[in-house]
Amino acid sequence: MSNVPADLQYTREHEWAKVEGDRARIGITAFAQEQLGDVVFVELPKVGARVTALKTFGVVESVKAVSDLFAPVSGEVVEVNAELATKPETVNADPYGQGWMIVVKVADAKELSGLLSASDYEALITAAH
Amino acid sequence: MRYISNTPAQQREMLEIIGASSIEDLLVRIPPKARLSRPLALPPAMAEMDLVRHLRRLSAENAGADDYACFLGGGAYDHAVPSPINHLVSRGEFFTAYTPYQPEASQGTLRTIYEYQSMIAELCGMEVANASIYDGASSLAEAVLMAHAVTGRDGIVLSRSVNPLYHQVVETYCEGPNLRLRSAPLADGLTDPDALRKIVTGATAGVVVQYPNFFGCLDDVKAVAEIAHAVGALLIVVADPVNLGLLTPPGALGADIVVGEGQGLGVPLSFGGPNLGVFATRQDLVRRMPGRLAGATVDVDGARGFVLTLQTREQHIRREKATSNICTNVALCALMATIYLAIMGRRGLRRVGELSVAKAHYAAAEFAKVPGVRLRFGAPFFKEFTLQLPKSPERVVRRLMKHKILGGVPLKAFDRQYKDCLLVAVTEKRTRDEIDAYAAALAAAVA
Repeated sequence: MSNVPADLQYTREHEWAKVEGDRARIGITAFAQEQLGDVVFVELPKVGARVTALKTFGVVESVKAVSDLFAPVSGEVVEVNAELATKPETVNADPYGQGWMIVVKVADAKELSGLLSASDYEALITAAH
Repeated sequence: MRYISNTPAQQREMLEIIGASSIEDLLVRIPPKARLSRPLALPPAMAEMDLVRHLRRLSAENAGADDYACFLGGGAYDHAVPSPINHLVSRGEFFTAYTPYQPEASQGTLRTIYEYQSMIAELCGMEVANASIYDGASSLAEAVLMAHAVTGRDGIVLSRSVNPLYHQVVETYCEGPNLRLRSAPLADGLTDPDALRKIVTGATAGVVVQYPNFFGCLDDVKAVAEIAHAVGALLIVVADPVNLGLLTPPGALGADIVVGEGQGLGVPLSFGGPNLGVFATRQDLVRRMPGRLAGATVDVDGARGFVLTLQTREQHIRREKATSNICTNVALCALMATIYLAIMGRRGLRRVGELSVAKAHYAAAEFAKVPGVRLRFGAPFFKEFTLQLPKSPERVVRRLMKHKILGGVPLKAFDRQYKDCLLVAVTEKRTRDEIDAYAAALAAAVA
């Protein structure tokens, strides 16, 4: 069973969000990277771009598939993980740590309450199996 | 492709399996009024000898570049096609119009595509080229869509110096994604930088120029590049790769995407097709590039091999988010170009350019000596130039045909303001005798 950290919140599209004050750090889950296989390319927005909750903010490409990335919350992109441009495999190696993708300044904190808890998400991926 | 037979016995067997009694049974759902109830109105079949005679008679009515001195251009050119090309591409192993299915099982074909891409990229002065697209016009339209995808902007500015037929194709492509297309006017046959500067804005995704342009003149590509890049737009250059053996490659002039018609690279004229769409760009834009891409790699034993690479851009994997709906290439024409470039080499291709330019300039000087005939534009030109005639260009062209000369492309059909103009192309194949005969026939036709 994939690792699902308890201190994160999740989307049904397999992204995680970590609240850091008025910001949220965003990436994809261990389950997502396992399903994708070797990640070869991650396309991310630029700092300053606006993302909208549950709309696409980028693309992750593995050797066997291309998938959209969905924003857990709306807001302005304040940080982008530039390292993924040259080391996309970091997403596989450390999806919840070095493999983070963007940091968003949360526009509406209420959106966070609509996300899945770790136990909800765990139930979701267990059902998917 | 394997031969699969289809005998009456096999048909019966197939019908049995699907539970139909006859092939007619499969068609009952088509409304009777939509079906033709009588035989096609065709003449009776001819005996082979009669048929060959009939077809020979028909083909003798063609005015082809084999029997006429061809001064036609405007996108397709009568460049020499070295004879090894036809011998090599006719080999069964190569004789396909498409990128192979199960591509990795066709290492030889992938290798030729890889070599093609390498040579095209070098010619264009770009870092990467795709496996080719249908023709120059579709290459340009795809480049326009790519500029839109890269910049996220909706404005496209096309110089009037671009082939008007390409203009039409781009217009069609722009309809779906709702791109706004604007034309930049010319001044004496060249893209006018001052006029261009007023049209190109922060909403412009791409600026397109042709080099040499549709009228044969050499636009200042560097100046256009500066205007495009100043607002963060991409510069798309339409170029004939044959000329790039001599001209500065568009990549060195600031092009972000180079497209063009590669027919001149050893592909015969054949009634205007099939052609070869050239497409090259910068490495950092490769994931937005349309079309197929062959790459070199190593297998498990460390031996060099070839694959179709970055297929995640393509429709069969990325579906509606693909960079383009093009899922193949014009493999045979690309192979012709590969063999052509390998035969000609750097010096050969340069020589083709030098001869074409020298002969075109000789022809232009001779034709302009004819009373009433003048060069329409004063700008420097390459292998093609625009004549202004004192008599109807259509009529002059018909007169020239009586002398076994295909005199050029009358421009009236493209733009009424050039209704007295004739576009003349001169390749390395034209001889001094042919050019002098043209000048004499032209003098008689306009007298």
